[in-house]
Amino acid sequence: MASIAARARPLAISADLSVERKLAGINIFIALAALAVGGLMGVLQILRYNGLDLYTPAKPLLPGGYYQGLTVHGVLNVLVFTTFYIIGFLTYIFAKALNRPLASSRLAWATLWVMVSGLLLAAIPLLTNNATVMFTFYPPLKADSLFYIGLTMVVAGTWLLLVNMILTRNAWLADNPGQRTPLPAFMAIVTMLMWTIATIGVASEMIFLVIPWSLGLVGGTDPVLARTLFWFTGHPIVYFWLLPAYISWYTLVPAQAGGKLFSDPMARVSFILFLILSIPIGMHHQVTDPGISEMWKLVHAVFTFGVFFPSLLTFFNVVASLEYAGRRNGGEGWLAWIFNLPWGKPEISAQLVAMMLFAFGGISGLVNASYNVNLVVHNTSWISGHFHLTVGTAVALSFMGITYWLVPHLTGRALWSRSLGVAQAWLWFVGMGLFSHFMHELGLRGMPRRSDIGGAPYVQDEWRFFLFFAMIGGLIMFVSAIFYYLNMIMTLTRGKKLAEVPDITFARALSGPEDAPKVLDRLLVWVAVAAVLILINYLPTIIDIISTATFDIPGRRVW
Amino acid sequence: MKDKKFISYLFEVAWILPSVAIPVSMMVAILVTAFAVGVRVPTSAGRVSISAVVAGTDSTFSQTGLREIAPGRYEAIMLAQTFMFVPNTIEIPAGSKVTFVLTSKDVIHGFKIEGVPVNVMVIPGQVSRVTATFDKPGEYLIVCHEYCGAGHHVMFGKVIVN
Repeated sequence: MASIAARARPLAISADLSVERKLAGINIFIALAALAVGGLMGVLQILRYNGLDLYTPAKPLLPGGYYQGLTVHGVLNVLVFTTFYIIGFLTYIFAKALNRPLASSRLAWATLWVMVSGLLLAAIPLLTNNATVMFTFYPPLKADSLFYIGLTMVVAGTWLLLVNMILTRNAWLADNPGQRTPLPAFMAIVTMLMWTIATIGVASEMIFLVIPWSLGLVGGTDPVLARTLFWFTGHPIVYFWLLPAYISWYTLVPAQAGGKLFSDPMARVSFILFLILSIPIGMHHQVTDPGISEMWKLVHAVFTFGVFFPSLLTFFNVVASLEYAGRRNGGEGWLAWIFNLPWGKPEISAQLVAMMLFAFGGISGLVNASYNVNLVVHNTSWISGHFHLTVGTAVALSFMGITYWLVPHLTGRALWSRSLGVAQAWLWFVGMGLFSHFMHELGLRGMPRRSDIGGAPYVQDEWRFFLFFAMIGGLIMFVSAIFYYLNMIMTLTRGKKLAEVPDITFARALSGPEDAPKVLDRLLVWVAVAAVLILINYLPTIIDIISTATFDIPGRRVW
Repeated sequence: MKDKKFISYLFEVAWILPSVAIPVSMMVAILVTAFAVGVRVPTSAGRVSISAVVAGTDSTFSQTGLREIAPGRYEAIMLAQTFMFVPNTIEIPAGSKVTFVLTSKDVIHGFKIEGVPVNVMVIPGQVSRVTATFDKPGEYLIVCHEYCGAGHHVMFGKVIVN
């Protein structure tokens, strides 16, 4: 009886998620297209650093040369690729975990259309060299207003997904009284909640300061206020990128590796801590800013150390889950079980090597956040080295790893080459390892970030050695990217049609949700806690800036 | 089963305690360097009218350059603008303590001196104020380390310590 029931269950209640599948596919396609263009810009940069100038032949396409290319690199990789991928992935994972379509399919499509319209609007000035202001667009650099309006629409589009998630979860809770929200859905909605609160900063910057100013409705702006609102969003955006990768590491990788999640309650606690602590720490990006008091910078640094704690919880929980899988696969010893993980699966290899490099990214991030130690590294290439390990590897390589199973799952076509996928993951690991190591080294020797080093008169002789190896790393990554896109294109066009499309298996937990305090699922309580911390950590500084601001700084086009 | 759970709780505790202890001890180290050793970060140093700075009528920034305010104690008034520092070279004897006072005439620039803990943003409408002691003779590279436009990479300066 029991076995019949178990077999019949998935068939009986498998919900129709065709809209969510399509949305995941379209969003991820846009994301990967953006990453391809953005990544290519990185290759031009690292060659230029070593005296090989491809900007001259690229001039018809890229009239703004290095700095336009760098802006395209940043905007496409960390704003477009990440946001579209995350919205696509979370839409599907959330619905799948609840086994229920989103409450409103029209709202789900509207999410996509608002985001795509915004992307197209922002792309016009970006590609015509009318928005060469980097992805941080600090005023008084002044881009064409379409750039700001478009990016604001992309952000506003993401809010619609949260609305849809809340409606869907409420309906699910009504149908399943007293049940715990399944972990992947819980994590997805917490991620979107955190992100929506976080984007109040950049949305205010855009709506109240930058857009009216770029349209010429007001004559001047206040750069410190703009920066403070930007970093209100700019730090938590890092967790917006990371948490979806964590969702995969917590709820999918353990099952794919042949094991279970170690602790569901610990996972819930860590996500709630990210919701509370991600936002009131943004000023650690402004340690060297004038116009902000030293005291508040220190407070934000202390809170940043606080958010290190849920990161360590994640590290422990994920590694414990992997150890369980390794031992179930016959692994023994203190560390030898690592070899019993299914390294031949590209989705596993990619995410495991992403985790390994992320450990180093976490350490260099602690250096950045360390108040006065930041003086050594602020705005040097150390920072670029750091976030190529975090968003460039922990996030980007995990997202690539996810597509190794998700694309076959969505399209019904087998991955074209699994071994090419494994090779791609290791090449990324080696290439990024070299590149980011030498970027860190260069930063410690004073090389500024975002500077056209190939044309800089102040290049020090000792930098050249490191620049050469950074280029080798960059070129290895380029090969890795070619392997990746070749594999994806061949899968979509030539991949073998699967007789039976593999379903998603979420990891079961050794210690399940029944061990987690119920209050963890009461999201409004935690939103209130987050709001209080944000007000304490931001209100005094924002009031101080606004009360002394004269809003008379004119915009400049300096490129 | 109960025992297994207890053991996994022990593992959790054994991880959580160092997870708290490591960041706390790092924070203590930072507080000691900041307040006992005195390595501080830039703080609010007041606002300045950008139109006065551009017109050359601001009382501080209309006279850029280095002046000795006490024996071995200097103040360097500097402007950052696309794509240079004014002045772009500061010459001082070894052992001097220099306070750099800067603002920007146009967009945001950066001001980092290699070899001393000087790293500050230079923002139009804001005064940046940082101090460093130069003990060793030699040339210290100043770079603009915030993107400020098409000529960002040619914006640099020097502190020459004799």
